Amino acid sequence: MSSAIESVGLSKSFGDIRAVRDLTLEVPSGIMFALVGPDGAGKTTTIRMFCGLLQPTSGSVKIQGRDLAVDRGRVLRDIGYLSQRFSLYGDLSVDENIEFFARLHKVAEFKKRREELLNFTRLEPFRHRLAERLSGGMRQKLSLACTLIHTPRVLFLDEPTTGVDPVSRRDFWKILSNLLKTGITIVMTTPYLDEAERCSRVGLIHEGKLVVVDTPQALKSRLHGAVIELVCTEIRRAFAVLKAAPEAAEVQLFGDRLNLVVQDPEHDAPALEARLAREGIEILDKRIIRPSLENVFISLTQ
Amino acid sequence: MSSNSIVVTALTKAFGKFVAVEGISFSCARGEIFGFLGANGAGKSTTIRMLCGLLAPTSGRATVGGFDIEREPEKVKAHIGYMSQKFSLYEDLTVEENISFFGGAYGLSRAAIHGRLPWVVEMAGLKGREQSLTRTLSAGWKQRLALGCAILHEPEIVFLDEPTGGVDPVSRRNFWELINRLSEKGVTIFVTTHYLDEAEYCNDIRLIHAGRLVAGGSPRELKRIYIKNPILEVECDTVVDALESLQKEPWVIETSIFGTYLHVSVADEAEGRARLVRFFVARDIAVRRIERIMPSLEDVFIQRIEEENRGRREKGI
Repeated sequence: MSSAIESVGLSKSFGDIRAVRDLTLEVPSGIMFALVGPDGAGKTTTIRMFCGLLQPTSGSVKIQGRDLAVDRGRVLRDIGYLSQRFSLYGDLSVDENIEFFARLHKVAEFKKRREELLNFTRLEPFRHRLAERLSGGMRQKLSLACTLIHTPRVLFLDEPTTGVDPVSRRDFWKILSNLLKTGITIVMTTPYLDEAERCSRVGLIHEGKLVVVDTPQALKSRLHGAVIELVCTEIRRAFAVLKAAPEAAEVQLFGDRLNLVVQDPEHDAPALEARLAREGIEILDKRIIRPSLENVFISLTQ
Repeated sequence: MSSNSIVVTALTKAFGKFVAVEGISFSCARGEIFGFLGANGAGKSTTIRMLCGLLAPTSGRATVGGFDIEREPEKVKAHIGYMSQKFSLYEDLTVEENISFFGGAYGLSRAAIHGRLPWVVEMAGLKGREQSLTRTLSAGWKQRLALGCAILHEPEIVFLDEPTGGVDPVSRRNFWELINRLSEKGVTIFVTTHYLDEAEYCNDIRLIHAGRLVAGGSPRELKRIYIKNPILEVECDTVVDALESLQKEPWVIETSIFGTYLHVSVADEAEGRARLVRFFVARDIAVRRIERIMPSLEDVFIQRIEEENRGRREKGI
């Protein structure tokens, strides 16, 4: 099977600003891929080049084996793009919005597909409601349905869950999970690392450069050392003590616990415990936890 | 001085027949980071608006910084800081001009603003950028500047309404370190967020759903008390096919793909494990690992809301 996306040496400059630098990436078909990075790292610029909306300064993009520069019309039929500012027509109903996008994509026989999508996104009961009267979560699902009307093989989502509440977010993820069953490839950008953990491959982009690409599990195994979760008395004082300790590579204070990244748990953990004990701080609970992608991200970009 | 900064008793707000907030009660200790979570339309914003003295309650009462929100809304306003997701900064003003503007809006004298300015610049990490136009700043810097502007007048209580939308992980961490430092100085932080991994930074949390409080406690307590269905993480081949078949099994409460793994909620851990093994053996799918995982706050949140919705349906509401 050919890759869904293959980019080689992809770059984009805006004047002096090199937004994307020499990005070479291969995304296998049928997976959910996340492009993660801080604000301004080049995520949106990359995804817009993948969608043929932005001309690269240099480099090439192939979608499903077809070169975007050569076979643009065909490639565009195969992709769907949900941008951060996807516009629905507020004064059209759910049904009419989908029909509008069907006509835009020249899908003549759209009715069966529309039923499928309404069913899939559970918007069927609301089909006659005007888009402007939908909740944020429902609007998001309708935008997705419109993006899928022409049955694209590769779906691009640019920060699809920014500003969406947890219940709608969970619902949206469920829909994406189910979409994978149809063999589609999903590529999304997100600033949220807990979301990236839901994807089967993750690319970290930082200052226009692709720093690393791997499965979330493999990325986590790159983190040297271990993460220890600690519950103790006087948690804020403990934080200050640990922050000043050379054995802790990283300390994070949560509401009711601390997370420590240490290089060598066998040696560093007892040393840190001894420091707390000297300060009269009592450890109530301690365990080694799996690192999060956030731990990996912080260690790779700092 | 009372140890509680905010005390809410049976607070209710109705708009016509619609009850947006229904008899909620809680208190926030001084210097605490208090998380107030809920979906859109759950009653979060209505509650914040009442606590900021912007909206009168229909019934019940609340004190903020010791002042009654209904009888002394002006005093409440003078003792709080407020920062929203939109950051409400003026994009065409420089960093320094924004600080001066907000200082003026909070009624600080020119001398007082002048005195506080270096502190805000330092805190926000904007040294050397005082004359930069705000619109040229990254989201992380804007966020810290907005926080600085919200606490120029040294309020005892700060309301943060969805403070970190669209901000990257490194900036988010820096932001929370600032918040922790404020809370250490005794400032009470009242925060709402959509991102439940962020609620992990809170000492105490309340979950609001359909206008009523449905869960509360520290992050660890919430995960311990409210998660009734264990979540099993399964490492296996062909997760997409496995998901499709698992969704049809009546004993599977909830399942989703999580990276290259599957997450499966079951009613009972031992029984769930046994059933999963039988399920995979019958389909000849290789399983490498089944492990019970710690639920996330998002798992707790979703589960509580689903229970509530089920309860309401049964009661015919």
